[in-house]
Amino acid sequence: MDKKYGVYICEGCGIGEALDIEKLCDVPKEDSFPVKTCPILCSQEGVELLKKDIADEGVNTLVLAACSRRVLYDVFRFDGCIVDRVNLREQVIWSHPRSTYPAPTEEQKDDEEFIDHVQMMAEDYLKMGMARVQRVDLPEPYKLETFNRKILVIGGGITGISAAIEAAKTGYEVTIVEKESALGGQAKKWRKQLPGAYPYDSLILPTVEDKIEELQNYSTITVMTETVVARIAGEPGDFTVTFKKPGEKTEFDVPYPLPDEMKVDENGKELDAEALHAKFMEYNKGKQDILTFDPNGEKFGAVILAAGWRPYEPKEGEFAHLGFGEIADVVTNYQVEGIAAGGKITRPSDGKEAKSVVFIQSPGQADDKDFAYSGAVTSLVALKQAKYVREDYSDGKAYVFYQHMRTVGLTENFYKNIQQDQGIFLTKGAVTSVSKNGDGLIVEAEHTLLGEKIQVKADLVVLATGMVPVTKDDPVVNLAYRQGPGFRDNEIFDEYADSNFICFPYETQRTGIYAAGSIRRSMTVEESIEDATGAALKAIQCLESVNRGVSVHPRSGDMTIPDFFFQRCTQCKRCTEECPFGAIDDDEKGTPKPNPARCRRCGTCMGCCPERIINFVDYSIDSVASMIKAIGVPSEDDYDEPPLRILGLVCENDAYPALDIVGLNRLTYSAQVRFVPVRCLGSVNVVWIKDAMAKGLDGVFLLGCKHGDDYQCHFVKGSELADIRVKKIGDALASLALEEERVAQFQVAIDEYDKIPQIIDDFVASIEEMGPNPFKGF
Amino acid sequence: MTEEKTASASGSILVVGGGISGLTTTLEAAEVGYEVFLIEKNPYLGGRVAQLNQYFPKLCPPTCGLEINFRRIKDNPRIHVMTLAEVEKVEGTPGNYNVAIKVSPRYVNENCTCCGDCAEACQTEIESEFDFGMQKIKGAYLPFGMAFPARFVISSDIIGTEDAQRCKDACKYDAVDLDMAPKTLNFNVGSIVWATGWEPYDASKIDSLGFGQHPNIITNMMMERLAAPNGPTKGKIIRPSDDKEPESIAFVQCAGSRDENYLPYCSYICCMASLKQATYVRERYPEAKIYVFYIDLRTPGYRYERFYETIKEDENIFLIKGKVAEVSEDPSTKNITVVAENAVTGEKIHQTVEMVVLATGMQPTTTTAKLPADLKYNEDGFILNDFDTGGMFAAGCANKPADVVSSNQNATGMALKAIQTLVNR
Repeated sequence: MDKKYGVYICEGCGIGEALDIEKLCDVPKEDSFPVKTCPILCSQEGVELLKKDIADEGVNTLVLAACSRRVLYDVFRFDGCIVDRVNLREQVIWSHPRSTYPAPTEEQKDDEEFIDHVQMMAEDYLKMGMARVQRVDLPEPYKLETFNRKILVIGGGITGISAAIEAAKTGYEVTIVEKESALGGQAKKWRKQLPGAYPYDSLILPTVEDKIEELQNYSTITVMTETVVARIAGEPGDFTVTFKKPGEKTEFDVPYPLPDEMKVDENGKELDAEALHAKFMEYNKGKQDILTFDPNGEKFGAVILAAGWRPYEPKEGEFAHLGFGEIADVVTNYQVEGIAAGGKITRPSDGKEAKSVVFIQSPGQADDKDFAYSGAVTSLVALKQAKYVREDYSDGKAYVFYQHMRTVGLTENFYKNIQQDQGIFLTKGAVTSVSKNGDGLIVEAEHTLLGEKIQVKADLVVLATGMVPVTKDDPVVNLAYRQGPGFRDNEIFDEYADSNFICFPYETQRTGIYAAGSIRRSMTVEESIEDATGAALKAIQCLESVNRGVSVHPRSGDMTIPDFFFQRCTQCKRCTEECPFGAIDDDEKGTPKPNPARCRRCGTCMGCCPERIINFVDYSIDSVASMIKAIGVPSEDDYDEPPLRILGLVCENDAYPALDIVGLNRLTYSAQVRFVPVRCLGSVNVVWIKDAMAKGLDGVFLLGCKHGDDYQCHFVKGSELADIRVKKIGDALASLALEEERVAQFQVAIDEYDKIPQIIDDFVASIEEMGPNPFKGF
Repeated sequence: MTEEKTASASGSILVVGGGISGLTTTLEAAEVGYEVFLIEKNPYLGGRVAQLNQYFPKLCPPTCGLEINFRRIKDNPRIHVMTLAEVEKVEGTPGNYNVAIKVSPRYVNENCTCCGDCAEACQTEIESEFDFGMQKIKGAYLPFGMAFPARFVISSDIIGTEDAQRCKDACKYDAVDLDMAPKTLNFNVGSIVWATGWEPYDASKIDSLGFGQHPNIITNMMMERLAAPNGPTKGKIIRPSDDKEPESIAFVQCAGSRDENYLPYCSYICCMASLKQATYVRERYPEAKIYVFYIDLRTPGYRYERFYETIKEDENIFLIKGKVAEVSEDPSTKNITVVAENAVTGEKIHQTVEMVVLATGMQPTTTTAKLPADLKYNEDGFILNDFDTGGMFAAGCANKPADVVSSNQNATGMALKAIQTLVNR
């Protein structure tokens, strides 16, 4: 693009009063950038001025020195133009009021030692904006060469069937793969189903058969039973999927990454890329590499993972105090459901009628915890099965011992209905033991509502064990990705697959793969159907976004993709390894193969690349480095006591908005700091920090999201990766004889705007104590 | 009233309610490629979650997700947001609805730069509804720091007063328009998602729990505002009677919920909310004693149970199974004595604390105000979804009590149902 620049400085909102606008105009003038000022740039006259210059003068690259880019976004959007918003309002004059940082008096204006902090800050930010626009370009949508709209649903249970129907109803072609010989999954194995609609008070007959029937009305749904996914290769919009029979071995079975201990030679030295690949192929003998696409594979655009759950299998002796494993008539809820589906509830030991059944919700032992992998569903299921006992025997009795009856929301109605049943006894209580008593059982419990210690005679005891997501045992989705076949770091969620489960529940760390149903948490049929509908939407949304050449969440609509300058790649594999979304594969030589439709545009690859060869058209190593270079660094040549200059690299998702709120609340912090917004701290390349230190800046800090198990990073890993990089930079600083404390990273949440000034000022104070960067002025 | 006709937008979706459910439905549908009108009766988006200090179980600020959602709105020209807007009339059938939207005046137009001069000039203070009346704010105000749209509002309370004129005079940007009148917009949409949300159950209806009688009994939503950095106390948890930092706090669970006299259902969120609020107290007051009186602690599922585990480790948090029967105030100290029967031991408990938080439940907004559309409701006022007829759907807490996780899940699904209506017209 042939750039024609224009710098526009707004004088509104106090900018004109706080700053010497004429002097500020000298900044663009010095660089021969045309500059105009406007009393209120967002006013009709202001916008007309901009539009006129765009239309008449051909201005297409605008630097608007006014307010934060978070506001008036629509007013200052000009199609086909590069626009940079220099935040003079929130970041300069609102957070550095003249009452704290006085403007020079008439005499001071000639005093060369007078430091006008606010004016210098504004000038720096303007220079930084001008530097940036010279190095960025407009993005164009990325289009796949081949694009496929079909949706693959893995799992033919209630969730998978529902997802397929919902997608088909919306006009999409769907294939369901199911490993069993028929559709239906777990929901087919039950006698009755929990209430799934208002008034939620009584059990219903299983609905899965109706759903299967409904599915048959759609000619656009293909069902493949006794089939599993061997591998999924490629990217959203263009996945190549290999199917196989369960248990079958094929050359397109997904390969697994090498375990860490195999990545080194006998001396513990890391193997080079080619040796690693050879070892990887050896480790996955008989399987094709991930980059070899199955010529007979089927094409899909997006995937819904609805592989469901399996019953929890107690380990040997795990519930010995409850007799499980020892006594045949102590069973799990899953086992009793099987008995109930086949007829009346009887005892496994002798087939006799089980007329007195005890349901245990918590393993007890001084803890009120439910069994692992349980949830509201397990409470509801106990009530359901208690009802079975009553259905089967008019004199039947069911005892439910719970710590907390978890019938949330409107399902409380079912609980209330069960309470009306004279033959069902519900009590809080800790079961301490289950023992044999003749041919029956004795259950002892304490701290109950029926008495301090009670004994119940039972024919059968049922443990409310949980629903384990099948991804705990096996990746299922079998992605032919260099990072491996499953979702990464899922262990922090006990293998439940989603990455931002509160705000953005369907997101996983793999673009185009959406998890639905009990693979995400234990769910009732009603919830699973609802969840399947949402996952179907996400799959469709991903397809349509890929088709438009734009990113999906969280940078929805972003058209940029990382661009690799391969000639300088050293095959270090870092980008492949660090990408939070596994978007990059590498070949046998270790050269990265980006998959743009898998990319979420966080820039983690750009941040980790030691050769700095990964860039986006509007966000690059160079664009940020040039902004840093544009910061004026006053030295002793300029002032007897030059001010410090400290760089803050701030996450634009949370920290930057928080800084705006600092300004909005007129909180102040050191005027010696200059901020550069970054897409995610994960995109921070240490070269920026080194550049800054080499240039004589006195310190650098990163301000971004919390990391760890309860991470708040929108790109899951970004702030964590940045933290690792920052910690490693200490050595480099030491080699320059600089204190490693000159570089720091701080975690803030978006609402902690009240804490930010203190964080900044404390850091500045610590740098002041260390004294200026000795490289200043060189 | 003026009547303004906009171009018909067939093939578009109307989402009613800009809380977390409505935002999710809007964004998820618009990012598939559909045009969405999002209307919200408040002058800002975010609904109930905007008032929260943190989400459970991650203890992260809701503004984090909201800000991303606002950015998604800003980047998406297919979304049209109208605040201070309510549905007046809906006519038509699935795929083809004519809707009339009433937009109330904000008295501030799009010239607003958020400079704050109007608020500076305004002398009248009004009760902050956002803070449940716990503080007074200026008659010209920004709903909250990160509000979207980032535009001030002039309260109708000051319209016609000198103060209104002061605001107008103070504005350098010609953004205050005191002559703004309510207007009705008519347009055509293919489907409608009702995400009209919930309101906290009016705790003063529960006589035995003393809300409104004793100042140191507050609701859980008030607690959220007290704990929020942008709240009336800037995040300090202090008791209303004397601003004292409480050394002891009781949480009364099921304040209204699971009670045939009030809300017969379980409100889903209150157990987790109180446990979360216990962490607010603990963070500020490491020694404070916290008593939680409950019927059942409903922390279902792996993530919630894990959160509950961490709460249990705290030696100064006492979890007592027992429903609170009554409360009384000591007139001299303003302390509250909570009376409950321990359901397990049968022992009667009299616990005196400095402050009480009632875990009030959620009630759909449609309990009190039915919507001007052909919708069916259950006995509790939640909208029943009729998927066979289609066209109109309830999402989130308009449909059933739910937490943010479930609301977002549900709202995503309802976006697809709305799209299906358009596709299959």
